[in-house]
Amino acid sequence: MPTVNHEVPKSAASYTPFHPRWYRPKVSVYWWLGEWHYLKFILREISSVFVAIFVIETLFLLSALRDGPEAYGHFQACMRNPLIMVLNIVSFFFVVFHTITWFNLAPSAMPVRVGGKRLPDVMVAAPSYVAWIVVSAFVCWLVLH
Amino acid sequence: MAKPSNEAFFWVLFSAGGVVAALFIPVQLFLFGIAFPLGWLQVPTYDHLMVLVRLPLVRIYLFILCSLPLFHWAHRFRYTLYDGLKVKHLTGLIFILCYGGAVLGTAIAAYLLWTI
Repeated sequence: MPTVNHEVPKSAASYTPFHPRWYRPKVSVYWWLGEWHYLKFILREISSVFVAIFVIETLFLLSALRDGPEAYGHFQACMRNPLIMVLNIVSFFFVVFHTITWFNLAPSAMPVRVGGKRLPDVMVAAPSYVAWIVVSAFVCWLVLH
Repeated sequence: MAKPSNEAFFWVLFSAGGVVAALFIPVQLFLFGIAFPLGWLQVPTYDHLMVLVRLPLVRIYLFILCSLPLFHWAHRFRYTLYDGLKVKHLTGLIFILCYGGAVLGTAIAAYLLWTI
């Protein structure tokens, strides 16, 4: 049996040889790529970038309206640019993704109880979808009529 | 006891912006970003849009449509940078850039809608 040096430490702080290392696994920067659940989370978070891009486009529209009919025509021409079109189509899918994930989150964020029983998630999310349809129809009517 | 923070305030802005974005942005983007440029629908005339924009309620709507979603973006994007790219050490700078951007956008929207 090998002899062991049973040296008594002066204080716990100086007693390092057998101190366990903290368990802190290195997480890759791409941790969200492996699993659909994580990827969905990141896509949902990234949807906010397209929300911001939409706001910037709206500010340009307002600025064009403010500057007169010629500027408005120029704005419409810019929106027909193929690159802007692709951006807007991608943006559209992201904002719809935001809408769906946002509405479906509501039942978990605030469970509704009726008569002591939790209402099914569909019943909590459904009114949001109805509101979405009504609001969309109203905006279309206002802009197009 | 936990240190008091402004997190709740920013979370309320995030959440209100999320609702506004969820309800209004898809239809707005579909009309102005896809249907009009592709010619699926008749582009509204300048005069028609000006009549709409001059209505006080529409101005308030447009202000909310621009402002709250920017604060929604600021909150989400900030945490995406922290967690997604793991750049927690730049917290202060990211915070200033995100919320600074949202405040700037809000100011521009207010200015445009005030002077339109």
